[in-house]
Amino acid sequence: MSSGAMIQLDQVNKWYGQFHVLRNVNLSVEKGQKVVVCGPSGSGKSTMIRCINRLEEHQQGRIVVNGIELTSDVKNVDAIRREVGMVFQHFNLFPHLTVLENLTLAPIWVRKTPKTEAEETARHYLERVRIPEQADKYPGQLSGGQQQRVAIARALCMKPQIMLFDEPTSALDPEMVKEVLDTMVSLANEGMTMICVTHEMGFAKAVADFVVFMDKGEVVEQAAPTEFFGNPRSDRTRLFLSQILAH
Amino acid sequence: MATDIAPHATAAELPPPRTSVGPLAWLKQNLFATPKDTVLTILVVLFLLWVVPPLLRWAIFDATISGTTRDVCTFDGACWTVIKMRFGQLIYGLYPPEARWRVNLMAVLVVLSLVPLFLPWLKQKLLYGAGVLIVMPIVASLILEGGWGGLQQVETNLWGGLFLTLLISFVGIAASLPIGILLALGRRSNMPIIKALCVTLIEIVRGVPLITVLFMASVMLPLFFPPGWSIDKLTRALIGVSIFSGAYMAEVIRGGLQAIPKGQYEAANAMGLSYWQSMGLIILPQALRLVIPGIVNTFIGLFKDTSLVLIMGLYDLLGIARMIVASPEWLGRSIETYVAAGFGFWIFCYAMSRYSQRLERKLHTGHKH
Ligand SMILES: Nc1ncnc2c1ncn2[C@@H]1O[C@H](COP(=O)(O)OP(=O)(O)O)[C@@H](O)[C@H]1O
Ligand SMILES: [Mg+2]
Repeated sequence: MSSGAMIQLDQVNKWYGQFHVLRNVNLSVEKGQKVVVCGPSGSGKSTMIRCINRLEEHQQGRIVVNGIELTSDVKNVDAIRREVGMVFQHFNLFPHLTVLENLTLAPIWVRKTPKTEAEETARHYLERVRIPEQADKYPGQLSGGQQQRVAIARALCMKPQIMLFDEPTSALDPEMVKEVLDTMVSLANEGMTMICVTHEMGFAKAVADFVVFMDKGEVVEQAAPTEFFGNPRSDRTRLFLSQILAH
Repeated sequence: MATDIAPHATAAELPPPRTSVGPLAWLKQNLFATPKDTVLTILVVLFLLWVVPPLLRWAIFDATISGTTRDVCTFDGACWTVIKMRFGQLIYGLYPPEARWRVNLMAVLVVLSLVPLFLPWLKQKLLYGAGVLIVMPIVASLILEGGWGGLQQVETNLWGGLFLTLLISFVGIAASLPIGILLALGRRSNMPIIKALCVTLIEIVRGVPLITVLFMASVMLPLFFPPGWSIDKLTRALIGVSIFSGAYMAEVIRGGLQAIPKGQYEAANAMGLSYWQSMGLIILPQALRLVIPGIVNTFIGLFKDTSLVLIMGLYDLLGIARMIVASPEWLGRSIETYVAAGFGFWIFCYAMSRYSQRLERKLHTGHKH
């Protein structure tokens, strides 16, 4: 593991009350790498990536992001959140703001970008996710796929170095999954450092540098996609893959 | 294949059938649609025929408004003369008639200061509102109380009538939102001391009637001030009303805060917004919108509850009405006086309720959930 890692988790442990949700999790992601995290529901995938931007607190071990260690120091947390964008399963767009306002809010208030510049950036990213014409609509007026693309654009507007995706396509109707995945693939091709929790195995094969399989709070297996899908080492991985690929 | 199916002809646009438009159709649809409707309609009409004519006779046809004393009144109809003669008092209380222009001036200033809040292009509405909240009380006490630069001093115990009712409710309403927001946020705070303080205050104030809060304010507040300091009755009432309405508002707002999905907080946090930024920009705008009916309900309740300042020796609209009824010149004309006072309350409550409906509709056009 090189010390130049963009994201580094060392022996991370976390409990919810008595429940041991993360067990000795280690992960190291270099700049520009794409990681796909998969595993059964309840295995701690969301918890792990939410620890990376401190939506959840870990209780043991070290998490270092972009050279800054996550501690209870608010300054560190703020510094990291400015560099880490997150896309949620349920989009979490702000329903009382227009698409454009959703995109410019954080740049204006957190990065102190002038409004006109923030709007220019916002329109640029709307173009990138191919919905420039929706800028003045409210999120509720868009389809699920469009909303998720707005959410991706919103995260990108902060010019983050790292993007976290937590099951970005699992709340979407099947016909909208592709448009969101396409956006993510093009983002990956541009060299963004990404961690995606997803069960879209096609996406994993296409872009992932390595796949992380979690079960019961542990990282069970970590391997390149060809290796992971072609020759899984652990029984738990094999069982999971057979269930996923069965339908 | 496609040729087997007859081409779909666009149906010609027809006018609606005659029976579904016009006043007759409206009557049929809304009042006589079913036998049950018909019976109900007839009963209601009979009831109105029984109640309305005597009311109209009393209030208008047999009523008196001429003259200047009780002698012109009859007992067949209302005697609006009392309202005519004491109108000034109902509006201004015992405020000296020659100084009443100051109240009017203040009313104009208040209305003018509110206008910018309705201008769509003013972006810093919150900042402006906070400014108004700080400046207005100072201006109001300078103009209304006087005692400087040749303005006659008017003690606050002379203030009364509709003017006092509006003053107290305005202050209560204006104070209740910021106090309520802070208390509601405090109640959901992670800091145990702040949380405990807010919960205690809210639960104590909500557990006792306003009349008790006012009583405590008038008896206990002086204890917190150094000896020799005195705060007048009106200030005590205003503090009591503000705390009371703030505590109620806190619970209304807390309901709104609880209805906001966790994902909204998470998205705001993940973007790096600070606590106050996410509250001010994301959470509160949505939460307040959700509870507009509750907020306005609290306003209306507060508006009517202001009459309880009577126990502190202040004469709001209802207090003045009672004073008039008790005066020897107008003994026996209590119905007219109370009807007029009630009408005064009703106009403002109705206006508030209508405004809230408009606001709700306006705020809901932008987005649907
Ligand atoms: N706030 C919480 N309090 C208690 N338990 C939680 C909380 N959040 C998640 N859990 C539990 O932790 C486990 C892991 O959750 P999560 O990380 O969301 O799993 P995944 O994303 O892999 O489906 C689950 O069993 C879940 O019930
Ligand atoms: Mg999850």
